[in-house]
Amino acid sequence: MRASLVNQLRVLVPIKRTIDYAVKIRVASDGKGVDQNVKFSMNPFDEIAVEEAVRLREKHKDAITKITVVSVGPPKTADVLRTALAMGADDAIHVEVPDKGAAPLEPLGVSKILNEIVKKAGEEEEVGLIIMGKQAIDDDASQTGQMLAGLLNWPQATYASKLEFSGKPEKGAEAQITREIDGGLGIVKTKLPFVMTTDLRLNEPRYASLPNIMKAKKKPFKKMTLKDLGLEDQVKPRQEILKVAEPPKREGGAKVENVDELISKLKEAGRI
Amino acid sequence: MIATAMLPRVSLRTAAASALPLRRGFATSRVDLANTLVFLEHKKGTFNPAALSALTAAQKLGGDIDALVVGSEAEASDVASKAAKLPGLKKVLFSKHADFANNLSEPLAPLLKKIVESNSYTHVCTGHTAVGRDIFPRAAALLDSSQVSDIIGLEGEDTFVRPIYAGNAIATLKSSDKVKVFTVRGTAFDAAALEGGSATTEEVKPDSVESPTDFIEEKVSESSRPDLATASRVVSGGRALKSSENFVKYIEPLADSLNAAVGASRAAVDAGYADNALQVGQTGKIIAPELYVAIGISGAIQHLAGMKDSKTIVAINKDADAPIFQVADLGLVADLYEAVPEMLEKIK
Repeated sequence: MRASLVNQLRVLVPIKRTIDYAVKIRVASDGKGVDQNVKFSMNPFDEIAVEEAVRLREKHKDAITKITVVSVGPPKTADVLRTALAMGADDAIHVEVPDKGAAPLEPLGVSKILNEIVKKAGEEEEVGLIIMGKQAIDDDASQTGQMLAGLLNWPQATYASKLEFSGKPEKGAEAQITREIDGGLGIVKTKLPFVMTTDLRLNEPRYASLPNIMKAKKKPFKKMTLKDLGLEDQVKPRQEILKVAEPPKREGGAKVENVDELISKLKEAGRI
Repeated sequence: MIATAMLPRVSLRTAAASALPLRRGFATSRVDLANTLVFLEHKKGTFNPAALSALTAAQKLGGDIDALVVGSEAEASDVASKAAKLPGLKKVLFSKHADFANNLSEPLAPLLKKIVESNSYTHVCTGHTAVGRDIFPRAAALLDSSQVSDIIGLEGEDTFVRPIYAGNAIATLKSSDKVKVFTVRGTAFDAAALEGGSATTEEVKPDSVESPTDFIEEKVSESSRPDLATASRVVSGGRALKSSENFVKYIEPLADSLNAAVGASRAAVDAGYADNALQVGQTGKIIAPELYVAIGISGAIQHLAGMKDSKTIVAINKDADAPIFQVADLGLVADLYEAVPEMLEKIK
């Protein structure tokens, strides 16, 4: 492990394995979740986070020592961590939780785990920037980044569509972040270290090439459990899922032949 | 046939409302009632409609409801007096600081924590808006509470209904947190009235925390059209518009003739045809107007998540197999470049 210079930056990118965005999900027969026997991939917003970290290093070669990806999840979560390594991350941390029988972790639990990971990683090399997705497309909570920033007492820049550093991205450096807000854009300035969450418009993630996928297999990959982190009791879910149901079904109506018919039907219905 | 299709659907809103006729109907009725704080987001003294919907949700909980408004030194107390007129509020707390005018989360999350703890609130809520989504999870973490985001229904003081997987499943969950922190989907609850109450107002001094984040500026798209989030009619354009010129030429006049807001699919936004703020979908605005007209939009899952609770959906698309026709009440398979001008002509 290379000794780092004090002002250099280690970037942490938390990612999540979710059901692929293109899958039409089905409610599970027990009515407590959704069918899991489908294609999974990296949460799309997290791909954008990995891409942003990699681009930041491409832009500021010497400033960034290491990009560490971390994920909390069942054994198969290793797949998405490997994908992130193939995209250009340097090392991975997998906090493994059991596949079955364990209640799903909530954003609060995950942010506590990430908080601990930041501390642990800091023993080896301090984390100076965290980039993560603005929401996971499964629970749609949009909480973890903000919660983590709160626990770390770091500034937060959520829903970012642009990140710019005035100089080198080193400890204490100032960044300008363009945020997607209701009605338009908001621009804020803050200093490292901070937590940023990514909007879709931040960048276009790259595909991992085959040689990079091969190389990724040799990159450092650390496994941990909640027990290793001493967090087993602190991340217990606070919410009990009583029921998961299909939304009220919406059936397509009739097709109309022409514009006249469309307008008269809309008038009949009192919509125009 | 079409008459049936045009009937208003049983929306989630009415389902949730009818499940909650009276507070005593709750399965988990307790002796001590809910004591709720609503964070009333506003912009220059105009309350965000989703925050007013959060107030309606709070009213369904029963018990006492207080509100919190924050703002700059100049505006906070005026906004508080305005908030005092909202129905059903007992007390309006207000706090002023230069940083509060721009809703920065770093100073506001600790303020929320302090107020919740010193007043023993059992519930804290606001709208699931860009501001609510930014501040609330941070405050929830400080309160050690597992937030419930974007609720569309309440089935008791601890039981919430919310969509997951881009609205393709609806979860009902029971929270065991001491303080329930939740955000409310604006389109799922009616906005509270602006008059009818007479609450007291009380200032809360913020702790002297300097925000580590500075607000620089806001670039808000100005428009004379109705606000997309709350408009009763929306005309939306997709990738098939091919250019921003076409968007202006075809979508905007039709919207204006219907007094509708303009929306867009992600494809149209990404291609630069329309402004980001107009995006309808899982990652944009989630809306439920009376009339939604989708023009040149195929109807991806992520887009449907943003508009499938609209009362009447009209789709105009060249591709008869586009998924949008599976949810549209009225579908017209046609070239938009012919159909839209014709429609405009005939509506006039």
